[in-house]
Amino acid sequence: MRLLSIELYKLWHNRISKILIFGYFILIFSIAILSTIKVEIGPINFHLADQGIFNFPYIWHFNTFMIGLLKIFFAIIIVAMIGNEYSYKTLKQNLIDGLSKGEFLRSKVYAILAFVGISTLLVFIISLILGGIYSDYNELQIVFSELEYLFAYAVKLFGFFSFCLFLGLLIKRSAFALGFLALWQVIEGIFYGLMKWKLSDLIPFLSAEQVFQFFPLNALGNLIKEPFSRLSAVQNIVDQIGEGFSKDYGISILNIGIVLVWSALFLWWSYLLLKKRDL
Amino acid sequence: MSNTLLQLDQLSKSFGNLKAVDQLSITLEKGNVYGLLGPNGSGKSTTLGMILNVINPTSGSFSWCQGDLTTHGALKKIGAIIERPNFYPYMSALQNLRLICKIKQCSYETIQEKLILVGLWERRHSKFRTFSLGMKQRLAIAAALVNNPDLLILDEPTNGLDPEGIHQIRKLIRTIAELGTTILLASHLLDEVEKVCNHVIVLKEGVKFYEGPVDEISQSFGFFELKTKDQKALSQFAKTLPEVKEVKLENNHLKVLLKAELSEDVLSKKLAEAQIYTTHFVKKRPSLEDQFLTLIQS
Repeated sequence: MRLLSIELYKLWHNRISKILIFGYFILIFSIAILSTIKVEIGPINFHLADQGIFNFPYIWHFNTFMIGLLKIFFAIIIVAMIGNEYSYKTLKQNLIDGLSKGEFLRSKVYAILAFVGISTLLVFIISLILGGIYSDYNELQIVFSELEYLFAYAVKLFGFFSFCLFLGLLIKRSAFALGFLALWQVIEGIFYGLMKWKLSDLIPFLSAEQVFQFFPLNALGNLIKEPFSRLSAVQNIVDQIGEGFSKDYGISILNIGIVLVWSALFLWWSYLLLKKRDL
Repeated sequence: MSNTLLQLDQLSKSFGNLKAVDQLSITLEKGNVYGLLGPNGSGKSTTLGMILNVINPTSGSFSWCQGDLTTHGALKKIGAIIERPNFYPYMSALQNLRLICKIKQCSYETIQEKLILVGLWERRHSKFRTFSLGMKQRLAIAAALVNNPDLLILDEPTNGLDPEGIHQIRKLIRTIAELGTTILLASHLLDEVEKVCNHVIVLKEGVKFYEGPVDEISQSFGFFELKTKDQKALSQFAKTLPEVKEVKLENNHLKVLLKAELSEDVLSKKLAEAQIYTTHFVKKRPSLEDQFLTLIQS
C-alpha cells in the first residue's frame, strides 16, 4: 500500500497524467454513446443498439473488445511515468532516498494493477447497465455467462501495460518507447509474412500461425477476438451468401497462459535492467 | 549500536578499462565531519554513487552500521545530496518533501522546520521548476535533513552557486555539523573542507591517497616569515638552529621552514640573544590547499 500510494502521489500531482487518467476512464463510458447511434434515411431505420450488440452474453465480448482498444491511451501514461523518472533524474533520487530498486518497480506494477482493476470494474458496470437497458435476454444465468471475457480483458491490459513498462525502462524516453511499440507491431507483421512464405518449406509440421501466436502483441490481440463477424445480423448475411464459416470466439487457456508468461518475462527483464544499470 | 556508520571494503568500480575507484577501504565513525577530497575525476562521485545504491560496484563491498541495515534501509536514515538537485518539477516544494517523507517513512512534522531553516518556507507552494539554482540546492538540503539523519552526504554542495549562495550553504553545513550530525562532504574546494571538516580522505585516480585528521595532513610544522636589515646574518643564524629544515628568500622575506616544533617566543628570544631584531616576524602553517597540492604532486 505504501508503494502504491507513492506512485499514485506522483501521478496525482502531475496535471497531464491526471487529465489522461480521467480521460481514459471517461472514454470507457463513451461506449454508451454507441447505443444512441440511429440512422434514419427514408425507409432505412437503423438503430445500432437494436442490432444485438448489447445482448447478454455477447455484450461481454463486444464491450471488452471495443474498450480494449482504448488501452493505448493508458500506455502513454505508463511510458511517461517511467520516462519522467529518467528525464527528471528522480529515479536516482528515489533510490538515494531509500527506495530499493525492487520497491521502485513494484510501486509501478501496483499502480498498473490498480488501474487494470478499476478499468475492468468499469467495463463490468457499464456492460451491466447497457445490457440491462438493451438486452433481449435478462435471465441471470445468461447475464452472467461468458464472464471469462472480463478476465481475458484484465489479462490483456496487464500484459500490454507490462510490455509498455518494460519498453519505458529499456528506452527511457517516452516518445521513443511509444514509437518502438508501433515499430514492434510492424516487426511482428513482417515476421508473420516471412513465416507464412517460407516456414512450412523449412519445417513441414509447423505452420506460421502456430509460431505467430507466441508473439507478444499478437498473443494480446488473440486474447479477445474481433466480435463483429459473430453478430447474428452479420452471420445471417454470410449464411445467405452461402459462405458459412465457423470461428472459435472463445477465450483459450493457451492464450491466457502465453500472455501471462510474457507479462512475467517483461517484469523480470525490467527488474534486471534496473538492477544492472548504473545511474 | 557501535560507532561505525559505514565501512567500505576494497570497493572498486571500472568503466571499461578505466578504474574509477580502485580498492577503496574507508571507515566512517559517528560524530566526525569528513572531507572527501580529490581533483575532478578522482572517483569521489563514483564512490558516493556506489554507497548510495545508484552505481553497482565492480568488486568489493560496503556495509552500513556493520551490516545491521540493508543499503536501502540505511538510506532511509541518512540524507544525501548529489551534484544536482533532482525533484519533480511539476510539484511544489512542499509536495516534493512530502513524497520524500513517504519514501523515507518519516512523519511530515519536520517539513516546516527544515523549510524555515533553509529559508524556503515562504515559497513552499511554488513549483520546483520556478526555483533558482540556489533555491533548488537549498531545497535539496531541506530534503536531506527532513528525516533528521544520522549521516549527511554532500557532493559538491556549492557547485554553480553565486557567492551569496555559497556562503549560505556553508553556514548551513556548519550549523548542522555543530548539532553533532556526521557529515561526509565531497568537494574539490579546499577552503570549504578546511573550514568545516575535522577529517580528510584524499583520492587520486580512484586510489586512497591519504586519510587522517585535517591538521595532520602533512607532517608540517609550519614556517616563519622573517625580515630584518641584515638578511645574510639572519639566514646564517637560522641555519644553525636544529629545528630548521631550510631557509629560502621569497618576496624579500626569509622563509624559514621547520622540521620540528619551534614556537614564536622561543625563536624571538634566540634572535634577541643573537642581537638580530626583525621588522617582520610571522609564523604560518601551510593552508590545506598548499598541503593538498604537495600531496597530489608528490
